[in-house]
Order: sequence, then structure tokens, then C-alpha cells
Amino acid sequence: MSEKVLMKGNEALAEAAMLAGCRFFFGYPITPQTELAAYMSKHMPKREGVYLQAESEVAAINMVYGAAACGKRTMTSSSSPGISLKTEGISYLAGADLPAVIINVQRGGPGLGSIQPSQSDYWQATRAMGHGDFFLPVYAPSTVQEMADLAYAAFDVADTYRTPVVILADGMLGQMMEPVVMPAERALDDLPAKSWATDGTHGKRPHNVVNSLFLDADALNAKNRERFERYAQIERNEVRVEEYLVDDADIVVVAFGAAARIARSAINDARAKGIKVGLIRPITLWPYPKEAIAACNAQAFLVVEMNMGQMVEDVQLAVNGAAPVEFFGRAGGVIPRPDEVLAQIEALNERLGD
Amino acid sequence: MAEMECVFERPKSLLPVVTNYCPGCTHGIVERLVAECIDEFDREGETVGVVPVGCSVMAYDFFGCDMIEAAHGRAPAVATAVKRVFPDYLVFAYQGDGDLASIGMAETIHAATRGENITVIFINNAIYGMTGGQMAPTSLPHQVTQTSPYGRNPAYAGYPIRVCELLSSLDGVAYLERVTVDSPKNVRKAKKAIKRGFQNQVDKVGYSLIEVVSTCPTNWGMTPEESFAWMRENMLPYYPLGVYKDVQADGFANVAEAAAARAAACPMVSGYAEEA
Amino acid sequence: MQKEIQAVLAGFGGQGTLFAGKVIAYAGLLEDREVSWFPSYGPEMRGGTANCSVTVSDEPIGSPLVTDPTAVIAMNQPSYDRFVMEARPGAVIVYDSDLIAPTDGRADLEKVGIPASKIAQDAELGKLANIVLLGKLWDKTGFCERATLDEAIRKCVPPTKPHLVESNKQALEMGMSA
Repeated sequence: MSEKVLMKGNEALAEAAMLAGCRFFFGYPITPQTELAAYMSKHMPKREGVYLQAESEVAAINMVYGAAACGKRTMTSSSSPGISLKTEGISYLAGADLPAVIINVQRGGPGLGSIQPSQSDYWQATRAMGHGDFFLPVYAPSTVQEMADLAYAAFDVADTYRTPVVILADGMLGQMMEPVVMPAERALDDLPAKSWATDGTHGKRPHNVVNSLFLDADALNAKNRERFERYAQIERNEVRVEEYLVDDADIVVVAFGAAARIARSAINDARAKGIKVGLIRPITLWPYPKEAIAACNAQAFLVVEMNMGQMVEDVQLAVNGAAPVEFFGRAGGVIPRPDEVLAQIEALNERLGD
Repeated sequence: MAEMECVFERPKSLLPVVTNYCPGCTHGIVERLVAECIDEFDREGETVGVVPVGCSVMAYDFFGCDMIEAAHGRAPAVATAVKRVFPDYLVFAYQGDGDLASIGMAETIHAATRGENITVIFINNAIYGMTGGQMAPTSLPHQVTQTSPYGRNPAYAGYPIRVCELLSSLDGVAYLERVTVDSPKNVRKAKKAIKRGFQNQVDKVGYSLIEVVSTCPTNWGMTPEESFAWMRENMLPYYPLGVYKDVQADGFANVAEAAAARAAACPMVSGYAEEA
Repeated sequence: MQKEIQAVLAGFGGQGTLFAGKVIAYAGLLEDREVSWFPSYGPEMRGGTANCSVTVSDEPIGSPLVTDPTAVIAMNQPSYDRFVMEARPGAVIVYDSDLIAPTDGRADLEKVGIPASKIAQDAELGKLANIVLLGKLWDKTGFCERATLDEAIRKCVPPTKPHLVESNKQALEMGMSA
């Protein structure tokens, strides 16, 4: 139905979000996510939506909190240092069970870091998007098409489970253009009803309260247990993973997002040299595709990331000692080259042959 | 028996619950005034309140309208979004001095300068109440608190912030008034100011803030009466009561008109005057 | 002739290297092939050099960052000096000979210098030296069908500036025959 067009990843995220029914975007400028906010500022008014440039990332995420409380599909985007500022608000979103979508177009860190593509917010996204007992679904697109598809799907997941959802992209995916076909536009009156929203009692119901405060410890304990039951449902229903040439693989590379693209090129080159190597690409980083990894009969795993090895422990937990787990990565914003990854695969393959 | 006329009752917009406030605290008075205003506009069903972190953190349980509990200092950002979602609702933020003037000052200033059509109720009692009486951004010079045990020394703890005066320079601000609730007369004036703040939302005039100079008998270590006396003697000279900005009294329909007139010499503004 | 192309287009900001790269990418899209376009970004774009990587392929594209190009368009000396050294043996290097003096010693490349800036100026084509060079690159590599190239120009020129379609097409022609 929709035409295939060339689009930057950042723009694809923005367009898909609006097609999913997002009409409230709150942001703050930061490289390399800039085009996303710029696209929103141009197109939201045409859709009678709100683009508002907040005074800070902190304000932006709290505006998201307000719009989400009112029952609207809402989003913010930033890059690594800005996401750190948003984590306070993300914790409150989780604590108040509010659906929202948060985009992180990652750059090198820590601190001000670099502005080049990186995956060094894996730990933050999967473990610590703020204080307190909570998880949130984390999607790791690998193509511009997936940027669109996952941003679109994220709003449904957020609404279904009443949770903030993160899209963990990076500067490479955000800045690059690829052909993309946009999903169908959702009619606003077709979006899920939210009986809990603070959208006015109209004198017809008791007041709704959006809140993350539970001064009674037992009540908060119960609330957290209820929330973790929802997390268990997410773990059962929402795991996404791509497998490529793993059936006969002696070596399985595990990589997500931009790194998975590079790993895939290296795997094709290695296959041409007769090495039995495959790829597992987690699309959800939480919930993590443990079963897919555990099901591999590989003799060794190689984790490839654009960071210092933040996903290695998740792979080790899934492999559970059945095979060695090695790591190759580049940090700080350096994009690894396929021939570097190929060299790692070849070296590992030689050691296995010994 | 003759039928009795009810001459005083709980405002409909205030729920019949017991508050967490200390005896003699002014929060109860001010929240009642807010509820009376909502009743008088007959808009409880289309009102959303945003409450802060501080002693009034539980106020979401006291109002009958839909309520949102915000993170510390972020109520203006939350209220901004609510108003953008529901431009025709009454939206109010209720905040204390630490919340509004310290941790949330950036959100306060920017909501004000954007001219958000919201009403902010600002309780200034010169102390952090809920956490047990620490120095606030509005604590007076030489005021003894838990974290200024020798008195607030401006030489290293700096000076208090006069919020109404500070915000009065911003073009998005429609109305600023500082009131108190230490006497029936002042309570009536405070009610009038709060109602004006809500009326400005109905008329889409711009951002309104009502500062209520208040007390904290518990953390000040005084009786309620002593607290009011201390407030009158020490706070009111530092924080004089009165109207600090009123664009309508200045002859403008709203902040857009006032801002355009103020910057008429700027071609970027005068060229866009019709849009205002 | 290269159907599969991994190109780097580089020059000063404002010379239109990103736009020319977009035309190649759109040509690939129109022929329903795998395509990626990846720009340099950030402070290096501010008054400095701008470049983009473009890949058109029949296989899914791994890294969109081209590290050993099969084709280069260079519009200033620093870009030429950098990317000519990264080019794959046999790569086509098209450069503006008005602005660049090749001093590299590589004999394993097909280097084609044309006075693109002068050609564009003489034909009153404004700043379309980028498209003149693109025309020459197409002439040397044939990265798409001829008709596709014109269609790609139509797709890339902003709808608000339709008059630029014809001048861009003219610049392509002049580059091809230069």
C-alpha cells in the first residue's frame, strides 16, 4: 500500500510513531537524534499534533508523563547523555504504569563521550533506566525498515502492558537512509481505550489518580509483585529474535542493532570460506531471547558489539556454561569493520579445530 | 420543625477524607479555596490537578477531580502536557517552595515564559516541611532551620528567591499575586486571586501564579498563632503582598498582546502582530 | 562497469556531495535494489568536510559505512587525499580538476579529473559541479540504467524547486560527455 521511499532512520522513527497514533512529542536537541525532533516539528502541526521543545530532557520526559497520564500516545527521543537525564522520569512512568515510547539514538560514552554511533547504553536500557524495581521492553532495530516497524509496534506493546518502551537505536541507524515502506496509519478513534487515564471525570466516575507513591510498604510490595507478573507475561509473549544460518553452525555470533549488520557481512564472508557460522540477533534486548541462544548446538559463541562487551553476560547466562563465550567490540563510537569481525571468526574457528 | 438552610459545607470538589496536614497548617485552607473555585466554575469533571513532592504530596487523594502526582519539581512540565492534551480543561499545579523554586525552577520559568494557560498555586512557607524542616530557597536570611542551624548565612547560603518578582519579567505571564491566609479578610483575598487564576484559563489569558505566604508551625517550632505572628513580622516585609503582574489591568486581552506591545520596536514581533 | 557500487562522495559542506549521493541511492531504490546512504555528521560538518557513503547492491547491506570504496567523487583536496588512499584497487576516482591536484602515487585506480566547477559555471548551472561529477561517475561505472538516473533526479529535487530538475539533468549530460 505505502510506497517504498528512502528515509533516514531518525525520520522513519518519527513518521512511524505518528502513523501509530502518537500526537504528543516532547524533545530537546541532541546529536545524533536531531532529525527525529526536526521531523516531528515539521509534521506534527500538519496532523494537529503537538511538538514541544522542552527546556531540558528532564522537562521533556515529564511532559511525556503528563500526556501519557491523559491517555494519549506520546513519545520523546534523545541520545545517550540526554537519556541519562530522562531516567528519573522513566522510573516514574514505570511506577505509575504509564505507556510511553522513549527513543535512544545512542552515541559513545560515558560523559559527553562522542557523537559517533555506539551501543554503550545496553546496560542502562536493560538494567537501570532509573531507580527502583522495574524492567521495560527494549527494542533494537537493525535496519531503517525495522526502525519504522518497531517504533510502530512499541506503542501497542506500551498500551497492552501499561509500560514505557525503549527503542535502542544508534547514530548509524539514525543517520543512514535506506528504503522503507511505512505501516498503515492508525485511526485515532481506533486506539485502545484507557479507563485509568486522567482525562476528566465528566462527573461520571470517581476521580482517577496517576501516581507512583505508595507510602504503605505492603501496598508497594503488592504493586511491584503485580507489575512483575506483567513482566512475566511480556517475557512469554514479546521476545523477538532473528536467526541466520544457525542450524548447522559451529560458531554462533550474537549481535544486535548496527553491530548485527556488520556481523552478518562477516558471516557471509566466513561461510564463503567454508566456516560454519551463524547469527543470533536479539531484536528485544529485554525480554532477552534466552531460549533461542540456549537451543544452539554451537561449539562457541562470539558476541559482537559497539561497546566493551555489555551483552556478554546475558549470552553467558543463556549458554549456561555449555560453550565458551568470546567477545569482539569497538567502543567510543568506532564502527567495527566486517573484515575485523571475519578475522575474529576465523581465529575462533582455528582454535576450535585444535 | 423548620427546614434548616445549609450555609457552610465542604466544597463538592474536596473529597470527604482526612488530610495528612499538621494542626495549624495552611495547606488545608488553600486547598479548600482551590476546591471552592472549581465548584464555582462547575468544572470538576473537566479539571486535572497536578501535585508536587512535599507536604502536599498526598493532595491527589483530597481533590475530587482527576489528579496526577508529579516528580519533585516537575509539576509545571506535567501540567503543560495536560493542558496541551486538553486545552479547554482547567489545569492547576499545586507546589511548595522547594518543589517550585529550587529543584523545579527551570520547569517553573519555562512554563511561565511559554505562557501555558495553567494556574499554579505556590505555597511559600520558607521551609522544607515534609522532610523535617530544612532550609528552603525562600528561607529568610538568618532563619534557623535543620540545615541552617546557625541561621541562613547569605554569605555562603545565598539569598532567598522572590518568585513573583522573578517571574514578573516574563512575557508569558498573565497574572501574579502574592497573598496570605492569616485572617478571614486575607483568606477572601486569596480566594479572589485563585479564582482569577482559573478565570484566566477560561479566558486563555496566559500563565497565572498565586503565591500564598504560609506557615509551618511544626517545623518552625511555634503554635499556629505564633507562626502567623512570625510570618507577619518577618516574611511579609521580605515577600510583600500584592499583584505583581496583571496584563489585563495593563489593558491587554492576553499575554500575546502584552508581549507584542512590549517589543513593538522589534520587527520580528511587529511583523507577526496579527498572529497574536 | 560496476553494478554493485560502494561509493564515497566527499567535499566541503555546501558543495552538494550529500545530495549527489542521495541521487545514487534513489537510483538504486528505483531499480528495487538494496541501498544505503550514510552521511558524516556533527561538528565536522560545520564548515569542514562533508561526505557520505552510498552502497547499491543485490545483497542485504551490512555496514553502511564504506571503508574501501569502489568509487569516489572528490570535490576538494583533503577529501581526495583521504579517500583515494582508502579506495579498493580498480576503483573509479572522479574529481574536480579545477580544485584538486592528484599527488598520490596509486597506479591501480582509474582516476578521472574533469573541470566540473568550470563546466557548471560556463553553462550557468550555478553550483551543480556535484552533478557534473556524478554524470561522469555514471559514465565510468554505469551504476544504474540511464533513464533511472533522470528519474532519481526528479525524486531528489525538492518539490518546492521543480525548476532545478532540468538544470540537474543538463549537468548530468555535461558530466557524461566531459
